Amino acid sequence: MALLEVDRLRIEFPTRRGVLVAVDDISFSIDQGEVLGVVGESGAGKSITGAAIIGLLEPPGQIAHGTIRLQGQQINGLPNEAMRRIRGAKIGVIFQDPLTSLNPLYTIGRQLVQTITTHTDLTTSQARDRAIDLLNEVGIPAAKRRIDSYPHEFSGGMRQRVVIALALCAKPGLIIADEPTTALDVSIQAQIISLLRRLCQEHRTAIMLITHDMGVIAETADRVAVMYAGRIAEIGPLRDVVKNPKHPYTVGLMDSIPVIEEENDELAHIKGAMPGLQEIPLGCSFNPRCPDAFDQCRRERPDLMPTGNPNQVAACWKYDGTTNND
Amino acid sequence: MVLYVLKRVLQAAGVMLFVAFISFVLFNYVGDPVNNMVGQEATIEDREALRERLGLNDPVVVQFSRFVAHALEGHFGISYRLQRPVKDLIAERLPATLELVFSSAILALALGIPLGIYTGLHRDTWLSRLILSSSLAGVSLPTFVIGILLIYVFSVSLNLLPSYGRGEVVQITGSWSTGFLTVSGWKAIILPSITLCLYQLTLILRIVRAEMMEVLLTDYIKFARARGLTDRAINFGHALKNTLVPVITVTGLQIGSLIAFSIITETVFQWPGMGFLFIQAVHFADVPIMAAYMVLVALFFVIINLIVDLLYFVVDPRLRIERTVTIG
Ligand SMILES: Nc1ncnc2c1ncn2[C@@H]1O[C@H](COP(=O)(O)OP(=O)(O)OP(=O)(O)O)[C@@H](O)[C@H]1O
Ligand SMILES: [Mg+2]
Repeated sequence: MALLEVDRLRIEFPTRRGVLVAVDDISFSIDQGEVLGVVGESGAGKSITGAAIIGLLEPPGQIAHGTIRLQGQQINGLPNEAMRRIRGAKIGVIFQDPLTSLNPLYTIGRQLVQTITTHTDLTTSQARDRAIDLLNEVGIPAAKRRIDSYPHEFSGGMRQRVVIALALCAKPGLIIADEPTTALDVSIQAQIISLLRRLCQEHRTAIMLITHDMGVIAETADRVAVMYAGRIAEIGPLRDVVKNPKHPYTVGLMDSIPVIEEENDELAHIKGAMPGLQEIPLGCSFNPRCPDAFDQCRRERPDLMPTGNPNQVAACWKYDGTTNND
Repeated sequence: MVLYVLKRVLQAAGVMLFVAFISFVLFNYVGDPVNNMVGQEATIEDREALRERLGLNDPVVVQFSRFVAHALEGHFGISYRLQRPVKDLIAERLPATLELVFSSAILALALGIPLGIYTGLHRDTWLSRLILSSSLAGVSLPTFVIGILLIYVFSVSLNLLPSYGRGEVVQITGSWSTGFLTVSGWKAIILPSITLCLYQLTLILRIVRAEMMEVLLTDYIKFARARGLTDRAINFGHALKNTLVPVITVTGLQIGSLIAFSIITETVFQWPGMGFLFIQAVHFADVPIMAAYMVLVALFFVIINLIVDLLYFVVDPRLRIERTVTIG
């Protein structure tokens, strides 16, 4: 049984001009200890998928249908209090900007201790010892002394280490890391990513790693999900998706890796841009940009289908009914 | 930290000196103080003698230093109208004003902060809307209208509360008389303090609400939610504490203005405080009282500001650190 299973999840934003479907019927799963990289252009729906999993979609956003299961138990639609007990304890979260993720008026020790005591039976002083251990573990020098410092006394990279400590402090089985290094200095990004990976390996913690950066994915992920306009275009083992992409969008994405690494969102080999939520075309949402599109692509929406490789599925009519395509 | 406090104290002293100068100018150049003191039939020589005696022929600098020296001891001369030392008059009236301002400030804070939190957290409930729209009345109706309305309802129609005066007062230590020890004193202060607090209550409510809504959108609140902290810890700990700096600023300023606003309230309710004394002094061009009142109100403002500045320190650690140490 997978640790996290997302099944036909659909997220909608009711607005005055009709319902916007931001995430449309996506399904994926994450195993224990596995790192799932989630890539896709800005607006593809990566962040709100993460928010939906932890039950923090901002209204008016809502889950229209689908289920999210953690260790086999459905967690979407749980009462607020039950969901709160899962957040932090079973699913940790790391956001993009460490500079703004910490409360400026409390010491980092206080924020750690509060989070630990919220989810465990430890006393305040036990929690403090645990917090010091955690700070050591994430590589804060002189943790015993620094625990009583305020966030502004740390640099950006150090703050992100504190954020990681906060996300890990109740030993969750899954971490959702939403662009954990985007706001950091390039020189520090690699350190933070390898720290995150090392810690999660040690604790057998799974990660849903959301990023624009294929370089980060290539170093860290076990499997990759490629999102496009609110859907998953392709999902499969890292090596296969990178070396042998199936979906035409992924093909374009992989061709433009050097461009992406230069933090340029333009995809060199695919003309046009991802459609906004109001203008998603009929059929496959990628069809206007797709070099291989044919009639069916403009009429019918493809679901994820096998591509010949049993672990790699793509939402593309090219693979319809063909198990021997490759 | 010490440096910061020292700087603030010096600034405060500067402000006070400036106010003292204005009131000194008022004292000496609004009308002729000699004219105000001697009778119609005084001779030129009498006047000249008085001028000399009062030191009005000395250079301005000397006169001003003398004024400041006297002011520091609390001497502001003798009221033209009442023929008594201004110091005594003020001392008699000060307790009434301070008690009124104190009750209004407590009311404004005790109601404004919780209501602000509530309306900030529950934006779209009908109760929030009711609170917000009725609070609008608090800022848009002039103080005297509210006062008169309250008098009409609670004194005239229902005959529940007195419409003027302080009720019975009890003398404690020297010149301090308090209305807080008698039932009639408590009854008497209700309407004036409600009248006086409404405006400040509204401002505090609105600033707490606005700050609360803003803070709730910040990343650190989102991260606190994502860590599964309880709503209580988030709303009343993380969020509320982050609204405090602006709230303290506004509250400090507003308590200062309560003292100034109390002039109107005291007039409406015939409240025997400094404001009432001041208004009467204005009618009779009783300059010493006006000058003293001005200096005193400025002093209150300055002291409150000083307290506000120090409170920032208590609340915000970013100000406590003189040199930011970063590692990494
Ligand atoms: N409150 C909202 N109302 C309407 N649409 C919204 C709202 N919040 C998000 N969306 C839409 O949902 C879609 C997905 O947003 P999301 O933040 O998940 O994108 P993302 O893939 O994380 O992008 P990025 O890489 O820029 O972070 C976007 O098209 C966005 O416009
Ligand atoms: Mg995002």
